[in-house]
Amino acid sequence: MAVLEVKSLKKSFGKTQVLKGIDFSLEKGEVLAIIGSSGSGKTTLLRCLNSLEFADNGTITVNGDVIFDAEQKQKFSESELRQKRLHFGLVFQQFNLFPQYTVLQNVTLAPTLLKKGTPEEIKANAVKLIESVGLSEKIDFYPCQLSGGQQQRVAIARALALQPDVLCFDEPTSALDPELTGEVLKVIRSLKDGNSTMIVVTHEIDFAHDVADKILFMADGVIEEFGTPEEVIENPKSERTKAFLSRVN
Amino acid sequence: MFSFDTIIQQFPVVFEALNVGFIQTLKLFFVTILGALPLGLIISFGSMSKFKPLSGLIKIIVWIVRGSPLMIQLLIIYFFPGLVLGTNIWGNGESGRFFAAAVAFIINYSCYFSEIYRGGIQGVPHGQQEAGQVLGLSKSQIFFKVTLLQMVKRIVPPMSNEIITLVKDTSLARIIALQEVIWAGQAFMKGSQGISGQIWPLFFTAIYYLVFNGILTLLFNALEKKLSYFKA
Ligand SMILES: Nc1ncnc2c1ncn2[C@@H]1O[C@H](COP(=O)(O)OP(=O)(O)OP(=O)(O)O)[C@@H](O)[C@H]1O
Ligand SMILES: [Mg+2]
Repeated sequence: MAVLEVKSLKKSFGKTQVLKGIDFSLEKGEVLAIIGSSGSGKTTLLRCLNSLEFADNGTITVNGDVIFDAEQKQKFSESELRQKRLHFGLVFQQFNLFPQYTVLQNVTLAPTLLKKGTPEEIKANAVKLIESVGLSEKIDFYPCQLSGGQQQRVAIARALALQPDVLCFDEPTSALDPELTGEVLKVIRSLKDGNSTMIVVTHEIDFAHDVADKILFMADGVIEEFGTPEEVIENPKSERTKAFLSRVN
Repeated sequence: MFSFDTIIQQFPVVFEALNVGFIQTLKLFFVTILGALPLGLIISFGSMSKFKPLSGLIKIIVWIVRGSPLMIQLLIIYFFPGLVLGTNIWGNGESGRFFAAAVAFIINYSCYFSEIYRGGIQGVPHGQQEAGQVLGLSKSQIFFKVTLLQMVKRIVPPMSNEIITLVKDTSLARIIALQEVIWAGQAFMKGSQGISGQIWPLFFTAIYYLVFNGILTLLFNALEKKLSYFKA
């Protein structure tokens, strides 16, 4: 059974339709890379999955549980909505760490407030996650004392602490200096080996090719092409995909 | 004639009178702070309301209050109700004057504070709230655990400027004869307790403001330093 199933998702801002009917599904442990030119709706799609925006049409199903249905969006209460969005995690382009908290506190804050275990369990788990992103030495540092790459790795640990079914990344390396992208991509790669289901919006085509099981090429609010990296990146069928790939390479 | 001997001789009497005046100054200061800090927050929420008639009305009020002299506002608030109704709604004597002054100061300063709050609230990047949302936090958890401290950090420097200005602005209450420290100093020009034609007591009142603002400055610096461990 698919972990994630997205059906005919549509979203408009005012008169502009940004998502024009998005359908795809993702199996457990799969990594989906979303590529496409600027303004094609990639961020909007991730924001709809994470309930930061609400689609005008369509459904989102996680593990068979309908977590969003445009027909009945009024029916979820605030606290139900919070439960539903925990199926997803989101790593932002700009990290958005909480500046007043240390690395450890950033990772433990949400599990603590949501009572996801005893304080000892939460801390032990956070320490493990921080170690897994290679930041044990910085555990008591504040975000302002970290490089962009380190901050983004903390953001990944923070998202993982809630054990989302699907972890989303919105261009996780595009706010970073080129020499720092490697360390973040390495962490994402290691998560794949840990069997996390992930959706990564990225401009790093080589990374997408190596790490992703599926590639989704978006253009103008529609899925122009969907398939394995071999299909979409090596042998694109659509003219738009070809044009895009030749532009970014 | 200016002579130190007279000053030393007059000092005990003057000092006591100025202290009494300064207590009134402090009372006005603290009452204004206690009233304007919460009222300012309410006004700032109003000015950010999505309900346009409300936010528009509040913006006009804030513009009028910030755009006109506090001294005129004091005079209008103290005298206008009496002119219209024929009776002094504030009550008689010093307590009536204090009541009117407190109302004028609270209105005036809550409008200034509201703009500082608004800047502080809007200055916290929206991404902070979104990060809290995707982590499943509730609205109040996001406010208290994520944005509040960042807001406070942003607010402290402009707030401390405004509060130091308030200390000096309390002297404007002199215009409705509130018996604060300037009034007390001036009394020795006209004549009081056997001392008259003396301007030094009035000059001396500046020391009170300086000392009090010095203490406030130290407190605010300490607070700023305490919040300097993070960048927001
Ligand atoms: N809140 C909003 N209000 C109005 N228009 C929006 C909003 N968010 C996005 N849009 C518009 O939707 C379109 C798609 O935006 P989106 O951010 O999803 O693109 P993207 O594929 O992520 O682009 P990029 O690669 O530049 O990040 C753009 O034209 C954008 O201007
Ligand atoms: Mg984007």
